[in-house]
Amino acid sequence: MSRGRETFFAALAGLVFAVGLGLAGMTQPSKVVGFLDVTGDWDPSLAFVMGGAIAVHLLAYRFLRRRGRPLFASRFQLPTRTDIDLSLVLGAAIFGVGWGLGGYCPGPALVSAGAAQRPALIFLAAMAAGMVVQHLLVRTPQPAQQTKA
Amino acid sequence: MNHFTPIASLLGGLLIGLAATIVLAVHGKVAGISGIFGGLLQRGAGDRPFRLAFLGGLVGGGAILGLVAPSLLPSAAASSPPIWLVVGAGLLVGFGTRMGGGCTSGHGVCGLSRFSRRSLVATATFMLTGGVTAFLAHRLGGAS
Repeated sequence: MSRGRETFFAALAGLVFAVGLGLAGMTQPSKVVGFLDVTGDWDPSLAFVMGGAIAVHLLAYRFLRRRGRPLFASRFQLPTRTDIDLSLVLGAAIFGVGWGLGGYCPGPALVSAGAAQRPALIFLAAMAAGMVVQHLLVRTPQPAQQTKA
Repeated sequence: MNHFTPIASLLGGLLIGLAATIVLAVHGKVAGISGIFGGLLQRGAGDRPFRLAFLGGLVGGGAILGLVAPSLLPSAAASSPPIWLVVGAGLLVGFGTRMGGGCTSGHGVCGLSRFSRRSLVATATFMLTGGVTAFLAHRLGGAS
């Protein structure tokens, strides 16, 4: 596939993703926290986000998988691991704590940063720093564990 | 405080599913935002044009939303948490998503759509710790 077409569709996907996140309410940290905290004045809206997104993508995945290859790329690059390891669980647990604290996950933070929201810009800088720290920890040779944080 | 918005949230979800489908159908990849972003900060991750274009669309979409639908992006004044909390949350999200190999998009949407066992465990885990954290922050923060 031509570089130009690849770039165009990637940008289009990002744009559609951003509008989806905004419409869904994911860019409102208080709404996200109001969903995560089921004990308070619970707002179940975000379950509809996930339901809608999975409904579309599940059908699309099944259809595309049957075709055997993407429309324009030579092959699918999908995760193949199936093991449940400590990094997966601990990493997800740490992410959840940060999500519950700030109400931002990576996508909505990027969208809100695009609108020059100050908290989102600060969050994004800290998120990038957290990623770099994790990359550095993993790159140092370690015997089957990278979980000391 | 928050209104229940099932229709808007469902529509937003459908668009998110569509966006993830574009990436899968065209590029053959998972639309995992933490991975796409994190790869830019990692030597040898490759695919820079794809990453930059996708993230550019995401950020550009945010800029457009800020102009045409600012109510979807709460103003900093309306909800400004203390800076230390925003920084702490960002560090945890950055570190955790890279360690766990994904976030709400990669595990929560794409992974669950493929019935991935790893994504199911990850999503259940971050929903649980997110819920507990939001509950504790609400209680300790004395918001009510």
